[in-house]
Order: sequence, then C-alpha cells, then structure tokens
Amino acid sequence: MSFDRIREKLNILADAAKYDVSCSSSGSNRKNTNKGLGNSTSMGICHTYTKDGRCVSLLKILLTNHCIFDCAYCVTRKSNDIKRAAFKVQEVVDLTINFYRRNYIEGLFLSSGIFKSADYTMERLVAVAKKLRLEENFNGYIHLKSIPGASDELMREAGLYADRLSVNIEIPTKEGLKKLAPDKKHDDFIKPMKKVKNEIIQYKSEKKIIKSTPKYAPAGQSTQMIIGASGETDMQIMYTSNYLYNKFDLKRVYYSGYIPVSYDKRLPMIGTEVPVLRENRLYQTDWLLRFYGFDVREILNPEHPDLDLDIDPKLSWALRNLHQFPVDVNKADKMMLARVPGLGMVSVHKILNARRFRNLNWEHLKTIGVKLNRAKYFITCNSRYFETRDYSASKLKDILVHNSTGKHKQAFTGQLALFT
Amino acid sequence: MYTTVTYDGSFDGFLTCVFEIYERRLSNIIIKSKHLFESELFGTHEHIITDNNKSKRVFDGLKKHISAKGCRMLYYAFLSELNGIENTMLSVITYTFKSKKNIISDYSHQDVLQLSKVVKKVGREKHRMEAFVRFQQTKDNMYFANIEPDFNVLPLIKSHFTKRYADQKWIIYDLKRKYGLFYKLESTEIITIDFDLNHSKKDWFTDDEKNYETLWKDYFESTNIEERINTKLHIQHVPKRYWKYLSEKQP
Repeated sequence: MSFDRIREKLNILADAAKYDVSCSSSGSNRKNTNKGLGNSTSMGICHTYTKDGRCVSLLKILLTNHCIFDCAYCVTRKSNDIKRAAFKVQEVVDLTINFYRRNYIEGLFLSSGIFKSADYTMERLVAVAKKLRLEENFNGYIHLKSIPGASDELMREAGLYADRLSVNIEIPTKEGLKKLAPDKKHDDFIKPMKKVKNEIIQYKSEKKIIKSTPKYAPAGQSTQMIIGASGETDMQIMYTSNYLYNKFDLKRVYYSGYIPVSYDKRLPMIGTEVPVLRENRLYQTDWLLRFYGFDVREILNPEHPDLDLDIDPKLSWALRNLHQFPVDVNKADKMMLARVPGLGMVSVHKILNARRFRNLNWEHLKTIGVKLNRAKYFITCNSRYFETRDYSASKLKDILVHNSTGKHKQAFTGQLALFT
Repeated sequence: MYTTVTYDGSFDGFLTCVFEIYERRLSNIIIKSKHLFESELFGTHEHIITDNNKSKRVFDGLKKHISAKGCRMLYYAFLSELNGIENTMLSVITYTFKSKKNIISDYSHQDVLQLSKVVKKVGREKHRMEAFVRFQQTKDNMYFANIEPDFNVLPLIKSHFTKRYADQKWIIYDLKRKYGLFYKLESTEIITIDFDLNHSKKDWFTDDEKNYETLWKDYFESTNIEERINTKLHIQHVPKRYWKYLSEKQP
C-alpha cells in the first residue's frame, strides 16, 4: 500500500472523526509488562492542541466513513455526497504503533460508520484492539466506540482489550431522535451501555477474589450529546445526563455544540454560529453535579429550564438562594465552601489547608491566591470589614456582570459602555 | 554584611550547605551555585565541598517532619535553577526545623507559598516535556529527541519514558544543559554528546521518518474544526517557545 493512499485515507477519516469531542486518555491504569510498548496512567497527557484549542491525546479516526444510516446531524450520513474511504485493520495498527513510538499520542480512539451491520462493524473494531494488545504487546490507551445494536458477546470482548468504551446518545430526547435519526432506536444505545456497565461490575467483584482477573474497560464508559440540533432545553439535556451518570456509572458525558453540516430543514442552517457559550455553561453544570455536590434539580427545574448565558450556573444558583449566605470561611464545611460563587475546588482546598494554621482574614486569602472579586460578596472572614450592604439579587448580578473580566464580558455589557 | 556560600550545583551540595549553616550557626547567608558566582565587592565568600553524609543527615531530619510530598517539593524547586531559590528553600527548611510540623501546606507563610508556586511551574514543565518530546527514528533504529526546557526536568521525566518505551532504544537530549538520557533496553543512563554540526541532520533519520512526520502533520490539520478556531487558547496550551521541536508545528 502506497504512502499517498494512506495519507489520503487518514485525511478523510480523521476529518470525519473530529466531531467526537472526547479525547481523554485518563482514568486508566495499564502497566507496561514484559518490556512491551507503552503504558497508561490515571493522568492522561495532551500531546498537542488543535488550533481550536482542544486537546489531542489520541489518534482519533474512523475505520470507515461508509454508513448505512442517514442521521440528519451527521457528516457521514448515507445521503451526504462526500469522499468515502476505509482502513484495513493492519493499517490502523501500523499507524497507531508508529505514532506512539514517536511520542505523538497516548493511544487510539477508533470509531466507525456502520457498514453492512452493527455486528460486522463492531467485529472489525475489536479486531484492531485485539491485534494491538496481543500481537504488538501494546499497553497504551485504546478507546473503542460501541456500535449501537452490537451483540453482547462482542461488547464483552471489546471491554477486554479497550480502556474505554463509549456510545454516543447524540440527541438528548427520544422525540428528537425520532425526528432526526428515524433509523435508530433509543434502545439500541442503551443496550450496549447496560451490558458494559454490568460487565464492569462483574469483573471488579471477581478481581477482589481472583487477582489475575483481566482488566475490563478500566477507564469506564462515556457518551456525547449534540447541543442545539433538536431544539431541546438545558433542563432536558442535564436531566438526561444525570440519568446516565446515575444509571450507567458513566465516567463522562460530553456536550458538543452542533456544527451545521447539512441543508436539511429539520436542522439549524449552515452558517449558524456554534453555541460555544451554551456548551460552556453545560460543562460548568456537569462539573457542579460531579464535583461540587449539587443536585441537578437545584440548578435546573421547571421554573428555570435554561441556564443563564450571562452568568455561570453556580452564581445563578447563589443569587436565587441568597438566604444561605454569607458563609464564614473559617468555619464552613467543605461542601458549603464549594458552593460559594468564585471559589473553585482548588481554592477550597487552599482555604481548608491554610485555616488549620491560623484564622484567615482578607490578606491571608489574597496571599494564598483565592480570587475574591466575586466571592467577597458571599463570605465573611476574620476581619471586621466585609460587604455589609444587603444587595438584592438583581442588583448584585448587575455589579458582578459589570465587574467581570471574563472573556464573554463584551457580549453582555457592550451597551452599558456608553455610560461609563 | 553577607556571606556567600557556593556549592557544586548538586542537590547534595545544597544540603551540605544547609548542614554547615546549622553546624556553625552562620547567619546572613546567600547560597549560590558555583558557576553562577561572581566575586562580590562587599561581603565574604566560602566554597563548601559536597559531603553525602552531611546531606543525608539534613534530608533524614527533614523527613521526620515533612511528608514525602514535601521532600519531593524541595527537590522540584531545586531543579528550577531559579536565581535565589536556594534561599527560599533554606527559609522553608528553617521554618520546618523550628516548628517541627509538616508546614509544607501552610500557604500563608511567604516562602512556603513562593516554594509551592515554583514547584507548580516545574511540575508543569515536567508534564509538558512528557507531552512535547517528539522522537525521530534514526538509521541505526534509535529514537532521538531534542529538548530545551525552561527548568532542568530531565531527572524528573526519566522514569516516565523508561517505563513507557521499554522495547526501543531512545535518547532525549537537553541542548540547553548539554546532557541527555540514553535508554539502551536495560537501563537509562546520563550521557553527553559532541554534536558534529557539519554533519547534515537529514542523513541521520530513516525514510519512513519523513513519511510519519507528514502523516502526523496532516492529522493535526484534519482534526482542527475551522468553525471553532481559538488561537489564543491554542497558544496558551502550546506556548510558542516549544514549537521549535514539535513536528506538527514545522513549516
């Protein structure tokens, strides 16, 4: 096979895979055994970043972009007139190994369009992973896509070679799915997810008894949803992802602002701006759920079905719950500190560490590097000076938006600039 | 009046200085690596010869009070080679021996905070080097990479690369500090090479090498999403000073 042909295939199949936002290589733990090649650790490595600022840690490609499905939101849909290509199993193996040896990547992210049938496709994906592990003694990171509708037996085998498995929900609501991807059924997504979840639990419990039990998808499962393609609310998105986190123990849900790729009337027009800010707010909410101890109903509920774009979700929650503030940084417990707008988990830990040595005042907080421009309205410390005025929620919001130095400031305070 | 004590530039050398300062109750001290020392008009100067027994005693003493993480932080800070870092470390060590507590997380102490900031920078550089090293395959089947890190992180990345690339020979060479790591399938050793600059670099590498560099560059271009371009973020993650050795960033 000539170099030029490989080059052409790589260009087509990498281009088609880029809409999958996941590129994480973390959360696994695979040691390099018997002087083989590579390892993967709980902390991933981003080997470079694309010009749009996303991490590149894996060789992310499709095995093929031939597809029997016709999902409106997808570039590789059957009816789209684009160049098609397909890799052979050995070609993917060679690319992965040679990129890895040069320290370009942490491993492979292999997805695929669906050709012939779900099982036929899944079989080929598994074959690549198997070859890498057994023939090349490769211990780097492998992320395989679970093909919706693949058989349980193939999913079981996939988990034995891959570090992470993922199946993309893409459309957060059943109604949206029916409209945009009529060939696909909601259950087809859920089935492989359920299978993998159960296998993970089973292998983990066996490992406790028999130490030599092989690893099964040690970095867990993830999924992705497209934002802004089917007119869903933020509440629908986050309730779905909350359901997935709880029900299937997902490691991550990714949110991908829809990039117009079609003239289909059911979708936003080509040239519509990508909703990056909305995507950002959704990720912030996701973090609040996973690390800050928030319940999704506190942030989104029928009265507030959408997130504010001008302020972050934590601040928005705090403004609705001003009666819980101010909190005393020297006394409040960790979870309450984490709820203070402007304090991230890093700042919270700094405070917890430093207050073991002395009672903290504003100067101390500043020196340990806690950002106070927002937090100061919500906390008190060992000082007689604090924000004593009782602001109303809307007044406080005005002040904070106006004083913000964030990158989105322009969008929300532009017209006020006349008066300052 | 200040006394400047100099040492040979090694971590043990620095700890020996600390030992002497305590043993002889010296005060108003500036510690400096020998090769950075320029004789001072005012003040005195003394060179201290590294003694591994003395340095071990200081380190063992530290271990009694501060955690393994704290000891590692001191070593990281040392590798920053920043001007004056020795005195920050001396202050932290003095504070440790005085308070007899694990003060390494007391960020409201000025020098502990300063130390932790430096450690963070060094840690970031270590992580970046693990990411940005780009090996090129030579004709004698070796994988070769040049780096010029801001801080002396080679000792810190040694174990990562040794564990990961266990079945290929490789060299990572720090051009700034003129030494490198050489893994020859059994162990990783420190080497120095005299580069023959007349010898064209092109002759070193395999034909495949060029092809894979092209494929990698293509891949880098194809993963970019034009609609989301964000150059500021890109440069924040991959600062320009590293571009020199990144194959995807070559014209």
